[in-house]
Amino acid sequence: MTGTLAAIGAGLAVIGAGIGIGQIGGKSVEAIARQPEASGDIRGAMILMAAFVEGAALIAILLSIFIQ
Amino acid sequence: MAITQSIRLVLVMAFMALGTIAFCQDHDHHDHDGHDHGTLQSEDHSGHDHSSHGDNSHSACGGHHGDGDYDPKATAMHHISDANVYTILDAIRIPLPCLVYSKDGGWDFFMSSKLGPGHHDDGHYAYNGYVMHLGNLKRVVEEGFPMQGKVEVGGFSTEYISKEGKEIEQAKVCHNNKPYLLEAKTTLDGGLLGGGITNFYDFSITKNVLSMILVSILLFVILRRAAKSYTTRQGQAPKGIQSLLEPVIVYIRDEVAKPFIGDKKYLKYMPFLLSVFFFILGLNLWGQVPFLGSANVTGNLTVTMVVAIIVFLISNFNGNKHYWQHIFWMPGVPLFVKPLLAIIEIMSLFIKPLTLMLRLAGNITAGHIAILSFVGLIFIFGDSGRSMSGGVIGSILSVALTLFMMSIELIVAFIQAYVFTLLSASYIGAAIEEHEHH
Repeated sequence: MTGTLAAIGAGLAVIGAGIGIGQIGGKSVEAIARQPEASGDIRGAMILMAAFVEGAALIAILLSIFIQ
Repeated sequence: MAITQSIRLVLVMAFMALGTIAFCQDHDHHDHDGHDHGTLQSEDHSGHDHSSHGDNSHSACGGHHGDGDYDPKATAMHHISDANVYTILDAIRIPLPCLVYSKDGGWDFFMSSKLGPGHHDDGHYAYNGYVMHLGNLKRVVEEGFPMQGKVEVGGFSTEYISKEGKEIEQAKVCHNNKPYLLEAKTTLDGGLLGGGITNFYDFSITKNVLSMILVSILLFVILRRAAKSYTTRQGQAPKGIQSLLEPVIVYIRDEVAKPFIGDKKYLKYMPFLLSVFFFILGLNLWGQVPFLGSANVTGNLTVTMVVAIIVFLISNFNGNKHYWQHIFWMPGVPLFVKPLLAIIEIMSLFIKPLTLMLRLAGNITAGHIAILSFVGLIFIFGDSGRSMSGGVIGSILSVALTLFMMSIELIVAFIQAYVFTLLSASYIGAAIEEHEHH
């Protein structure tokens, strides 16, 4: 039972992170399209932000692995 | 054009089919030839109905691990964990030195070949009470087992018992028809990962340690050659390994170190950032090479924890007074918010290295597990080697998905090394930043 709940929790965390990273990716592509000369800076910021969002999701996933 | 393409397609299909046949035969072989050490059976069905390894481990002195049905979870966990033997393709086993300490037995030093690792990295012998189960050293804790010298042991069995609401794995080894309880090595996770202080400590050079040593030597040789060519070929255009590494190093300097640490101080931290980048990248790629042991070094929480702690120490020991002021007594906010912010800042101080550690280990381990699951499709579709047509379908799926996953993992190997370096630089940069205002 705990294992099932943990798996559902991990899935929910991944949905959240997916929405977050999707927003980051979409917005930064828009930003690069508007201002192609700033693409280097935007890409750096994009990867940094994606890493933060991913970190939150990974904490949830690993906690759910440990809990079961 | 079309002809060459179709020939290529046929070749790929033939390759897949051959692979399946090889896999199926391999598994059939293991199913039927009956390991001589796993034949101790009895019709005792009491107790553990939860055995993970196959249908013949109902006996008190269990069937040998690996016979019977395919267990995806156990296989994946076995392949991502560290081991005391370096196994290549379940055929070549490079013995590694084992250095263990236990309170009652003292120090012990031996090569892991002494334990006779065989199929699935299970040992055939016990030495001074140590046995090898799934590639890892374990020690017998029950009375009556000969704790001195080398003795032959039978099969292993794994049970899952429920303790304090958690499922705990309990491995047993068979000797003279009697099962003896085993204990894994001491880990410092405090029970979080199911480990804890047990009756022995393992200081061996394991598969992960050997991989780290090999990759470090390789990196030293490559980077040394590149560095040397700057003196021998001064003023000329870069050539060979030098021209491969120069863009990477320049990228780290211009896109990571300079913007995050600052133009004035970045040079002091460049050696650390480059070391971290190449160390993580090298180990990520080392674990990606197929049929080379697939050591999951950067996917190991202990390894990433050590690197994250180094980043934590460097950033905090270099922190200036503005940094500490912003943590303990944030300027420019109302007084009643200051203690609240201090609590949050102190928490984030420790969450930063924690996420650094989890992100790298999680990403690399997730990639390894995904690839292992896709390879496992062959055995799931093929019903553990009993269904040929299922195996063919499974391996067509498996080859396609595994190739896709491996190309993704190749990108991830670079991105994670880059992200780790980037975040280290940003944490260090935040700690040493100069503030003109306030």
